Amino acid sequence: MLEPFLLRALAAALALAIVAAPLGALVVWQRMAYFGETMAQASLLGVALSFAIGQSLTLSVLAVAIVAALVILLLSEQRLLPLDSILGLLHHGSLAAGVIATAALAGPSVDLLGYLFGDIFAVTDADLAWIYGGGALVLGVLWLVWQPLLRLAVHRELAIAEGVPGRAVKGVFMLMLATTIAIAIKILGALLVIAFLIVPAAAARPFARTPERMVLLSAAISVVGVLIGLEVSARSDAPGGPAIVLVLAVMALTSLSLAAARRSG
Amino acid sequence: MLARKVGTTALAAEGEAKGHVHATGETCGAACGHDHGPRVPAPIDRAALVSARGLVLSPGGRTILDHVDIDLPQGEIVTLIGPNGAGKTTLVRALLGLERPDAGEIVRRGDLVIGYAPQRFDVDAALPMTVERFLRLGLAGNRAAVAEALAEVGASRVIDSQLVAISGGELQRVVLARALLRRPNLLVLDEPVRGVDYAGEAELYTLIGKLRSARGFGVLLVSHDLHVVMAASDRVVCLNRHVCCSGVPTTVAQHPEYTRLFGADAARAFAVYEHHHDHRHDLAGAPLPDEKGKG
Repeated sequence: MLEPFLLRALAAALALAIVAAPLGALVVWQRMAYFGETMAQASLLGVALSFAIGQSLTLSVLAVAIVAALVILLLSEQRLLPLDSILGLLHHGSLAAGVIATAALAGPSVDLLGYLFGDIFAVTDADLAWIYGGGALVLGVLWLVWQPLLRLAVHRELAIAEGVPGRAVKGVFMLMLATTIAIAIKILGALLVIAFLIVPAAAARPFARTPERMVLLSAAISVVGVLIGLEVSARSDAPGGPAIVLVLAVMALTSLSLAAARRSG
Repeated sequence: MLARKVGTTALAAEGEAKGHVHATGETCGAACGHDHGPRVPAPIDRAALVSARGLVLSPGGRTILDHVDIDLPQGEIVTLIGPNGAGKTTLVRALLGLERPDAGEIVRRGDLVIGYAPQRFDVDAALPMTVERFLRLGLAGNRAAVAEALAEVGASRVIDSQLVAISGGELQRVVLARALLRRPNLLVLDEPVRGVDYAGEAELYTLIGKLRSARGFGVLLVSHDLHVVMAASDRVVCLNRHVCCSGVPTTVAQHPEYTRLFGADAARAFAVYEHHHDHRHDLAGAPLPDEKGKG
């Protein structure tokens, strides 16, 4: 029989693996990896916020992630700098601010590493409730807007000209991304959340011929990554989140190398 | 139908008067960089699929569209011509709702269904998508309908290919097939012949003309290639930030403003094109022996 803390870790990570799959694919298709990364790192300010106002960590992170997305969208309207420079500026700036604010507000004893890389073995029943509730919400909403999201991902302007409400659908998508970051930050940390989204999608791409196949394959890869990662972590005492992400990264590199070899050979 | 024809003629004449003749009656001199003086906008055409009046677009203070009026009637091929940077694509984007005008009015008919083929269609390789799936995305048709549409545009063999794996010309046909599958009453094609060779170009315009006759949709075509366009259109709108001249192709081709914008060769090109039925032309416009005509 597994220890309860290990069971909770497993339950949390497997749920996130499923929720992350469609979201991760959409992030990759829309070239939003760096955008998501910036949102996630800015969400460390949400940790500080929750200490400052004594409110739920998940809700504070959600609020900050939404604000971060809005700030990025606003700044992407200017035409002097490309978006990746803006994101580089914001993600380092907000990470620095988040670390300083969290340390200042939570005192010297705060486990900063836990917020940066997550602490999967510290998952509580309340955390699990957030993950399953929030995760179900994200999956349900994505199910509803899947077609328009896909059309926007194929060709944004064509979709809008055909009548897809581009801004509204994109807004819903960002809200779901923010929700996922919020429920996952305790488990994977501000620095690893987005890796959990995009790495399985990258691993799945070479073996997928349809978008849905890519999502299903990505979910399967994530589940395997979670199982192997947690096993490695339990045996070697390596931290859980990084172990999972490392396993996933190895799988993705293998998959992409196979694709490259198939192309040249 | 009769009422519509009358409306079109009136509009053509109106475009002529407003665009080019000053109050004193002299024809415009400086190529479209001048002030046309006080203008009296015609009322919105409620019967048209899309009718726009006084469109102004000046992002960052740079004027791209300056009081543009345009009507897209049902069943007519309207072609937008103009030099590079004339604002053709911007006007199309505004009519499609992709760009918000700074001033002016756009009225779309209540039953408007747009089939759109954008100028650029870059497919991200990260998104796996077969041609069939793309042609069914958000549409009601089944595989048979998709196959039929692909056959119509001459791209049957790519139905099971990945979007990223087909050639530029094939992709253009696939995008056109998608536009047709939407059963549009307005087809909007922005430079549909980019990357298509000259023979393919003529073929594509013939196809669009044929489909228009069969289905009766309106067409808005953007091009800077004058040869084929002038003959294939019911109406030509010559744009250089504002509407320089508009009307039936023969009228526009003889307009001084048109000659000024496109050079004397362009007017001759149109005249040459009227011989299209007995021979083909090479890229320079010289006649080629017609293989088909001999059969």
